Amino acid sequence: MGEIMRNTKVTLCGIEMDNPIIPASGTFGFGYEFAELYDINCLGTFSFKGTTKDPRFGNPTPRIAECYAGMINAVGLQNPGVDKVISDELPKLAKCFHKPVMANVSGFAVEDYAYTCERLDKEEQVGWLEVNVSCPNVHGGGMSFGTSPEAAAEVTAAVKRVTSKPVIIKLSPNVTDIVSIAKACEAAGADGISLINTMLGMRINLNTRKPVIANKMGGFSGPAIFPVAVRMVYQVAHAVSIPVVGMGGVSTAEDVVEMMLAGATAVEVGAANLVNPFACRDIVADLPRVMEKYRIESLSEIIGQA
Amino acid sequence: MKQGIFTIQSNEALTSTVYKMVLVGDASAITSSGQFVNILLDGLFLRRPISVNDCRDRGHGHELTLIYKVVGKGTEKMAAMSAGGKLDVLIGLGNGYDLTPAGDRPLLIGGGVGVPPLYMLAKKLIEQGAVPTVILGFNTKDEIFCEEDFKALGCRTLVTTVDGSYGVKGFVTNAMEGLDYTYFYTCGPEPMLKAVYRASTTSGQFSFEERMGCGFGACMGCSCKTVTGYKRICKEGPVLVKEEILWEK
Repeated sequence: MGEIMRNTKVTLCGIEMDNPIIPASGTFGFGYEFAELYDINCLGTFSFKGTTKDPRFGNPTPRIAECYAGMINAVGLQNPGVDKVISDELPKLAKCFHKPVMANVSGFAVEDYAYTCERLDKEEQVGWLEVNVSCPNVHGGGMSFGTSPEAAAEVTAAVKRVTSKPVIIKLSPNVTDIVSIAKACEAAGADGISLINTMLGMRINLNTRKPVIANKMGGFSGPAIFPVAVRMVYQVAHAVSIPVVGMGGVSTAEDVVEMMLAGATAVEVGAANLVNPFACRDIVADLPRVMEKYRIESLSEIIGQA
Repeated sequence: MKQGIFTIQSNEALTSTVYKMVLVGDASAITSSGQFVNILLDGLFLRRPISVNDCRDRGHGHELTLIYKVVGKGTEKMAAMSAGGKLDVLIGLGNGYDLTPAGDRPLLIGGGVGVPPLYMLAKKLIEQGAVPTVILGFNTKDEIFCEEDFKALGCRTLVTTVDGSYGVKGFVTNAMEGLDYTYFYTCGPEPMLKAVYRASTTSGQFSFEERMGCGFGACMGCSCKTVTGYKRICKEGPVLVKEEILWEK
């Protein structure tokens, strides 16, 4: 019948993925909660909960505020610390996910990033290190490394010294010139760039006349930020020669194709997982239909075509 | 946890701000009282968590009863819905109440919109042979709901009102004085939970409310600190036992 095989495979920093779909860090835990709902091996990979050197409780509650077509979170990198992640979380993950996983790492000093990455470098399950220099919800760390080209390059270089795994630097949109930061990371040895983290936002409760979120501000995500994400992915992908992972408000298979046309090699899905726990499974299942509709034989061919 | 499409069978006002919605669908994922559901509503990004008032197996499906107070955009939308409408619901969320330590004379203490989950709990306790006493706290007579439901189960039911317009004048703790009970279960606003914590003479279980992102343990939006470590109100909660609670905020 002339049925065309739709090829969803992409290669990210030398590792082949069955499809470009990656649940974003902080929206998918360490995978096993979602594995109770569906076989998460249908995913390209996923980026696990942002991990730091020491355990962190994170910010006081309320940590969540709703917005039109999105939400604000100020969780503040709650995680059990890299030791517990390696001893407790990764073995649980290994039972339900059999592909290389993306390890998301955060820190409060350059040495923190290097320490955590060095520990995770020894874990066979870890395919990529996604280094978050863009968390808007912690003080004295996180985003402060991602708002200057020099600091972002310093973290990149420090992490590259301690690992042989591909290093993807996750950038913040809360900057005046994201391209200069991406280029600085590339020059410092980054193997890839992922963007965008959440946009700094705020809501105020009219009844209490106070901020909704205890931390006052938080990271705005969801479909509302998708056009900003597409623009920034486009700008960065055209300025660097390393692969770009696009994210920010992606909710449908059409959004995935749009991100890839903007220049993304793979695509992360964040807030959508919190509204529909099956969002990523549904997007993976819907990709062949959307590829057929837009006459795409192989997803890897459309990267950066826009 | 399961995701399902439910049909609204009825949706009626119990007071000027509290509504009772009966849904029909597959609610088999609800395994204990004190669990909650998370409802997707048109035009709103995040789902709305609502406690389960009752769940009855009707053979061809379940009747799921939710009693909710209109407090914002989500519950306003729910109140405007009519029979026949469809809702996308995540069901069977949270740990729910543990019935094993109840003893033969458990005390159930609910305040305001914290009352509804205690109904299914009372039914389950009666099924296992316990004789629950129920205290329901409200601000004033016009806000009272569910009193007849508990009485119909055969529970000794005490109602308190802050203004004294009905039942015992004062707070639920006024009605607790002198009562003899083997264990207690409570749900209500945090100041009430703290007062019950101090006034109670046995161990017990507390159901907490927190602003949630996902409702199923993925986002860490509703975490709290406990004696036994960090817990997510939506996943390891909403029910915590008395001995593990840390009242810091």
